[in-house]
Amino acid sequence: MKENKNRYLKLSGLEPLIITPESNFINVGERTNVTGSRKFLRLIKEENYAEALDVARDQVEGGAQIIDVNMDEGMLDGKHAMVTFLNLIASEPDIARLPIMIDSSKWDIIEAGLQVVQGKSVVNSISLKEGEATFIHHAKLIKRYGAAVIVMAFDEDGQADTYERRIEICKRSYDILVNQVHFPPEDIIFDPNIFPVATGMEEHRLNALDFFNATKWIKENLPYASVSGGVSNVSFSFRGNNVVREAINAAFLYHAIQHGMNMGIVNPTMLEVYDEIPKDLLEHVEDVLFDKRDDATERLLEFAETVKGQKKDDVAKVQEWRSEPLQDRITHALVKGIDAFIVEDVEEARQAVNKPIQVIEGHLMTGMNVVGDLFGSGKMFLPQVVKSARVMKKAVAYLQPYIEAEKDDSQRSNGKILMATVKGDVHDIGKNIVSVVLGCNNYEIVDLGVMVPPEKIIETAKKENVDVIGLSGLITPSLDEMVYVSQEMEKQGFNIPLLIGGATTSRAHSAVKIAPHYSNTVVHVNDASRAVTVVGNLLQKDNNVYKEQIREEYEKFREQFLKRGKQKEYVTIEEARERKFKIDWKTTDIVKPKQLGIQDIQDFDITILEDYIDWSPFFRSWDLHGKYPDILTDDIVGKQATELFKDAKVLLQKVFDEKLLKAKAVFGLFPANTVNDDDIEVTVENQTPNTKHQFLTLRQQLKKREGVPNFALADFIAPKDTGIQDYIGCFCVTTGFGTEQLAKEFEENHDDYNSIMIKALADRLAEAFAEYLHKEVRTKHWNYVSEENLTNEDLIAESYKGIRPAPGYPACPDHLEKQTIWEILKVEETIGVKLTESLAMWPAASVSGYYFANPEAKYFGLGKITEDQLDDYAKRRGISKEDAAKWLNPNLSPS
Amino acid sequence: MSDIFKILQHRILVLDGAMGTMLQRYNFTEDDFRGSRFKDFKHPLKGNNDLLSLTQPEAIAEVHRKYFEAGADIVETNTFSGTTIGMADYHMEDLVYELNFESAKIAKQVAEEFTKANPEKPRFVAGSIGPTNRTASLSPDVNRPEYRAVTFDELRIAYKQQVEALIDGGSDILLVETIFDTLNAKAALFAIQEVKEERNIDIPVMVSGTITDASGRTLSGQTVEAFLISISHIPLLSVGFNCALGADQLQPYLKRLSHETDFYTSAHPNAGLPNAFGEYDQTAKQMQQLIENYLKDDLINIIGGCCGTTPEHIKAIAEVASKYKPRTVGSSAVENF
Repeated sequence: MKENKNRYLKLSGLEPLIITPESNFINVGERTNVTGSRKFLRLIKEENYAEALDVARDQVEGGAQIIDVNMDEGMLDGKHAMVTFLNLIASEPDIARLPIMIDSSKWDIIEAGLQVVQGKSVVNSISLKEGEATFIHHAKLIKRYGAAVIVMAFDEDGQADTYERRIEICKRSYDILVNQVHFPPEDIIFDPNIFPVATGMEEHRLNALDFFNATKWIKENLPYASVSGGVSNVSFSFRGNNVVREAINAAFLYHAIQHGMNMGIVNPTMLEVYDEIPKDLLEHVEDVLFDKRDDATERLLEFAETVKGQKKDDVAKVQEWRSEPLQDRITHALVKGIDAFIVEDVEEARQAVNKPIQVIEGHLMTGMNVVGDLFGSGKMFLPQVVKSARVMKKAVAYLQPYIEAEKDDSQRSNGKILMATVKGDVHDIGKNIVSVVLGCNNYEIVDLGVMVPPEKIIETAKKENVDVIGLSGLITPSLDEMVYVSQEMEKQGFNIPLLIGGATTSRAHSAVKIAPHYSNTVVHVNDASRAVTVVGNLLQKDNNVYKEQIREEYEKFREQFLKRGKQKEYVTIEEARERKFKIDWKTTDIVKPKQLGIQDIQDFDITILEDYIDWSPFFRSWDLHGKYPDILTDDIVGKQATELFKDAKVLLQKVFDEKLLKAKAVFGLFPANTVNDDDIEVTVENQTPNTKHQFLTLRQQLKKREGVPNFALADFIAPKDTGIQDYIGCFCVTTGFGTEQLAKEFEENHDDYNSIMIKALADRLAEAFAEYLHKEVRTKHWNYVSEENLTNEDLIAESYKGIRPAPGYPACPDHLEKQTIWEILKVEETIGVKLTESLAMWPAASVSGYYFANPEAKYFGLGKITEDQLDDYAKRRGISKEDAAKWLNPNLSPS
Repeated sequence: MSDIFKILQHRILVLDGAMGTMLQRYNFTEDDFRGSRFKDFKHPLKGNNDLLSLTQPEAIAEVHRKYFEAGADIVETNTFSGTTIGMADYHMEDLVYELNFESAKIAKQVAEEFTKANPEKPRFVAGSIGPTNRTASLSPDVNRPEYRAVTFDELRIAYKQQVEALIDGGSDILLVETIFDTLNAKAALFAIQEVKEERNIDIPVMVSGTITDASGRTLSGQTVEAFLISISHIPLLSVGFNCALGADQLQPYLKRLSHETDFYTSAHPNAGLPNAFGEYDQTAKQMQQLIENYLKDDLINIIGGCCGTTPEHIKAIAEVASKYKPRTVGSSAVENF
């Protein structure tokens, strides 16, 4: 066989990728991988393919030359997800131009992927793990489908972890592929296993060196084959020390390439430039990589401590940037969110210009543009941008008096935006973040706050002549409120775009329920980072094309959505009741609560709650996605998460020290029985006017497989006709008193960052309180478990016995149930937590719910219900069908 | 069947011209399409050209004969739409095997007549495998970009049936042509490999894509190079382009293809672009000149015509092709086989 142009690894999407010996290292994009990116996993789970495609597009724009797609996750239908996503990529020419790497450990997913790509892709991966027969069979099919293949250094005895094992397995694999399968050798890519170095284990000392040597051996002895690997793994043992990690990654990659590795998965944000690794650090790293000394690992570990978190706080560094020119200092302060010197810098700038406004338009906007660009390109993260805004605000506040004094000019803003959390809803963290980010981008924000009635929105919008209205909401009734506002806007002849955001909102809801009511543009903006682009596009002079695009996109989406809704099948409520979840009441374990009746806690020691905080949602509220504590060391957002976490801890300590927030709770445990299938009758002794109350539960109606029940919460309480006495509990906790005042104080000090932070913390504390109280109830007050050794992780994972569902959440979406809880527990009278007209709790950092103790009780989602249950429910609730429909609207199936 | 490889080293082979254009001249009526066998068939059959192999076999043989007389070395079977997917329009899925088998048989008989008369110039039959009327990598529904009207497996199964019948009927070559969606072609190639393996036979395969317009891409969006890479995983007799464009519009793409591949190359362009009435009016002479440009540029090993071309065109092309040496390729095309 002579060397010719057919002996290069050639791949294709819509365009070719030809890898020659002269090619630079080929970078494989790895964010479209559910095992590696929590964000991508979430998007796929939510079937948010539009955003999932954005992830792929970002990879392309970020310079990836191959897109790795992996859908291996237990909760996913991997085959379906793979096929759907690859099909969608096929219709996005800017993404589809690249070859695809079909990444799965399951052959059926790989094969499904191979059947939907027209280009020549790469299969990742096969190996001799399951023996030669399987290996040959798969290789043959891959060849027939026209793909290249990654072969893992893995055989029947396990993964290769020495030089000898690596070359032995690679050689054997190569010989089988080339001689038996006639697989083109240039289409073979070996992954000789990159393992962590400096683990402290003797047997890991040669991990890097063996990889290098094996790579070299492969390139010399297995003609035309490529070598690939996942680089970040090598520095795994230095998680949390990014300085060292980035240096190890860079040095490893550098040497791996020297030894012949020609493609691989590298996270560009976790990579120092090889030449810029400090010499002493590099020396220590290379000692480890090449196993140059017996004590190489110890020395690197020691050295690592000295460079840990070095970067900042370094006096010399501060002096360094302080000695730079004025504009650089201002830009630096804005980018890094350092407010310590901003006033003096701004003063210097003011003296250098004719009008103070020029400092804002000049120096500050120059800096904010850099922030905007970095943010837009994913090099800065939301918490950093909010910090930048804090610096900006401080600077503007300092300049304000001078500008006022001149009074000859006013700041020209990009546009005026009205922001409001709609009537009945008190949640504003997301709205505030969007406001801040838009504010930094020179939009004038008219923030009407929370619980804003539609009349006020309309009136203010007219009076202020705003360019855009943004509505936010977190609880489900807010969705209807938004629909109402859009209808009013239409009636009053508004002709400005409407932005929709907030946790319960969705593109589907905006497209299906809001857009049809309003003739101007309705856009769902799911995160702050998109808001700037969207508003920018909407306020351009020639925005008709953009608006038309959105309208079309939403129309398409609407059609699809409505079509999809119809495919589901439902059973009648009678049938659903027949298929209820049946507990064997004769044998099941029912424990009578130790303390029946109502109790309250007026001034709880809030510091106890710190251990019960579930931090993951806290990061989520800042658009940082990942699970705590892993998120702190995440390759992409780890740094920002760590910083945010540090700031949160500081504020939390302040809250504890100065007792800034008050925690209160009320809860009760009562005799109860299920009546008429779906209602729970509760007896509250000595209460006027009634001792009897009823919780109304809703039942799943989605048609299920034989043997799978249609759940209602009532199934977890013994029916009255069994003659068995059962029990139920309910509660309300709050940590919200004080939040509002603190937030205001921060805002007055132009510190939106901490204003948002305190609300996010209060929310977490309330959840923690609910978690804590539930534990107390399980082990003491109800005492149905005497001993429980659950860690906070176990609690977060809901591994306890019994459940604590909350009205307004999936098992019980009916917010009206809160009224019953309020009646039973006298919540408002006892601890002061109120219900708004939309039945949101005030203060917002409050949690209410029920306690079910039966060991068989479990969380479920109600899903959609049909009209017969709605009728039935309206009767049971004693309200009109229209009212019932309003409250349950999000759960009504389209008919 | 390595004959054809040897011949290709020495001269350019000529492929026939359009079958459809020739059949139009017969002005067959609905009754003609039906013949006696399908007199009472429940659905209209006019326009089902593949069916004419059963109901008007003489006409089909006559077209083949005319092309051989004009100088073609290879004729294509009358099976462009001969899959269950293509025949579904006529409710004739059950006839797929027979249609392909008979079509190949007719062409083979004529080819053998000519070979017998002039053994110096052996004639070949290429079993024509069209793209079907569905696309495996494009959604027909703009509202559902993830939707596909046909799956890889459906195509593979349909193609496999066609391939088996074409081989049984005596095809010397398989020609996967007018590829506007590469994934369809990959399914056809997959099926061909399956049949080859199951029967332990070898048969040369020609692949011919379609560049739809001046974008220089296939309908499914691939560039010339990406297309080539995507179908080069099995040994091919030739790779080339046909249809959609005239010889002049096709030339730049053929150039790129010819530069990148070590397989033999083929082209069967249309007789220019259609006029306002959908007719092709490029004359044989005009087309001959354009094809001569290919030959001067050393781009071609197999040359023929697609829509609008007639025996006249093929005669002119054969004349000019005989004056030039074939494109030289790396030996791998032969070695790899």
